[in-house]
Amino acid sequence: MRAAARDGKGLKGIGGLDRKSHPANKQRTNGAGPMNSPLDHKKLLKSATGDWEIVIGMEIHAQVTSQAKLFSGASTAFGGEPNSHVSFIDAAMPGMLPVINEECVRQAIRTGLGLKAKINHRSVFDRKNYFYPDLPQGYQISQYKSPIVGEGEVIVDLPEGERIRVGIERLHLEQDAGKSLHDQHATMSHVDLNRSGVALMEIVSKPDLRSAEEARAYVTKLRTILRYLGTCDGDMEKGNLRADVNVSVRRPGEPLGTRCEIKNVNSIRFIGQAIEAEARRQIGVIEDGGSIEQETRLFDPVKGETRAMRSKEEAHDYRYFPDPDLLPLEFDQAYVDELASQLPELPDAKRARFITEYALSAYDASVLVAERANADYFEAVAKRDDGKSRDGKAAANWVINELFGRLNKEGRAIDASPVSAAQLGGLVDLIGEGAISGKIAKELFEILWNEGGDPRELVEKRGLRQVTDMGAIEAAIDAVIAANQDKAEQAKAKPTLIGWFVGQVMKSTGGKANPQAVNELLRQKLGI
Amino acid sequence: MSVDATTVKRVAHLARIALPEAEVERMQGELNAILGFVEELAKVDVEGVEPMTSVTPMRLKQRADVVTEGNIADAIIANAPLSDDHYFMVPKVVE
Repeated sequence: MRAAARDGKGLKGIGGLDRKSHPANKQRTNGAGPMNSPLDHKKLLKSATGDWEIVIGMEIHAQVTSQAKLFSGASTAFGGEPNSHVSFIDAAMPGMLPVINEECVRQAIRTGLGLKAKINHRSVFDRKNYFYPDLPQGYQISQYKSPIVGEGEVIVDLPEGERIRVGIERLHLEQDAGKSLHDQHATMSHVDLNRSGVALMEIVSKPDLRSAEEARAYVTKLRTILRYLGTCDGDMEKGNLRADVNVSVRRPGEPLGTRCEIKNVNSIRFIGQAIEAEARRQIGVIEDGGSIEQETRLFDPVKGETRAMRSKEEAHDYRYFPDPDLLPLEFDQAYVDELASQLPELPDAKRARFITEYALSAYDASVLVAERANADYFEAVAKRDDGKSRDGKAAANWVINELFGRLNKEGRAIDASPVSAAQLGGLVDLIGEGAISGKIAKELFEILWNEGGDPRELVEKRGLRQVTDMGAIEAAIDAVIAANQDKAEQAKAKPTLIGWFVGQVMKSTGGKANPQAVNELLRQKLGI
Repeated sequence: MSVDATTVKRVAHLARIALPEAEVERMQGELNAILGFVEELAKVDVEGVEPMTSVTPMRLKQRADVVTEGNIADAIIANAPLSDDHYFMVPKVVE
């Protein structure tokens, strides 16, 4: 983590470096946190009247991966017939009582562990009261004062290799609402309760983000962690991961400004756009002599602007109270330890291991661990069946540049790759042994992609093996020189012409001559 | 603690209960009587006493993550004043 680089000139060592300090030498802030964060001048917004700093905090709603809902036995499956995945509990029929789904509790704990967060052995469910047609109970069961997970952190990778620490405030379990369709009828809305009661994790960050780019990177990393854990599939198109974004602006060094909350932004790209639009709006208001009113806003991706929600006057009067239908949720440390012992290796740990075990660059390691399936594929390429490692860097190059490039181009996912990890591993072996050149390897990759087959057999069968027989190479060189006497003379005065000779020899050998051997022999023969 | 007429009207609105103007004063009196009773309870010394969440010594019951209910859309919308293709229909609410 390049903490020092971000601390800026002369600012290093100021108290409350919560956001930038390395976890190992972290100084806990006492409320001063974001106010004293060191400035990164690159991240400031310039305007006619001077610089502005954007301060962003996020609430992510992540749908818990489970078969059944949080408090009922109805299915969580996406896309069912209207109101088919609804029990009498989800429809709020009188007399129905909620019973909590133990897997949802475990998923919340796993997620808390993945965020290196404090797990609360006792948490309480409250009713959050408001009226909306897709909320049949008239309240959402949520956790208010006593959430299941407390403070944690996410290490966020930014482009250019920078890493920042983003604090997690809390994670709590709550019910999702139903879905309203407004475009089916001129004067009526259609309500489907299939989603009503599905478990959500609301993950609240501290106001530690300073730009749209950081916010995007944070959501991307959080999504990666959730997907590794298997606690949320992170599918934003299906609404399984949604963000509420809190944005405020201030002059550098000043106290936090008044924030506005942008509700329900449903793609990572829109999150970035919404933040930029909202920050510009707030700066405009302040520079025109106005002040920011704390309110809830919506982002309109078509217009690229945010607008105030109409029904906001009572939006924050939820009259929370403990749900009398539910006892406190309690478990012991042994329960937590058992779940912790079964967690998969998480992206940060995997990234660190790839760097040490396979000598990868930080960048390559970050790219590979972004998706678990990609990381697993890479490891299968980098490790031989006998457990020995191949050349990690070469394996990473082939996976990232050739394979990912080709998969992207054809819009395929890694699990639909025509080239298996074993085949690609075989190809890396052949290069390592000097049996094929890099150029031939690309040809072989094409064959593997289009026709399949065993790389080693293909090399033999199709005569792709690199010619290392010096006699054969020498013969090819002699033939080229003999046919191009004039050029050979010129090459003595102009050594760069050797490139042309190498090309001719490679051509005459069908690209199978070892290029290094060709180069050395040519230099001798041409007297360069 | 006591509530004034404005608060009574606000609480009624938040609960979506129609409260005719003529009823406000009576309701204010009733609410204040309840609040007065609660205030009396507040005189009890509960120092060091854990809040009681249940009268029976139970822990929160949990269910296994298994789909056991659903596919009763007809029954779910049976009481709906208006429905269409198993959707509830309500006056348009759009933000």
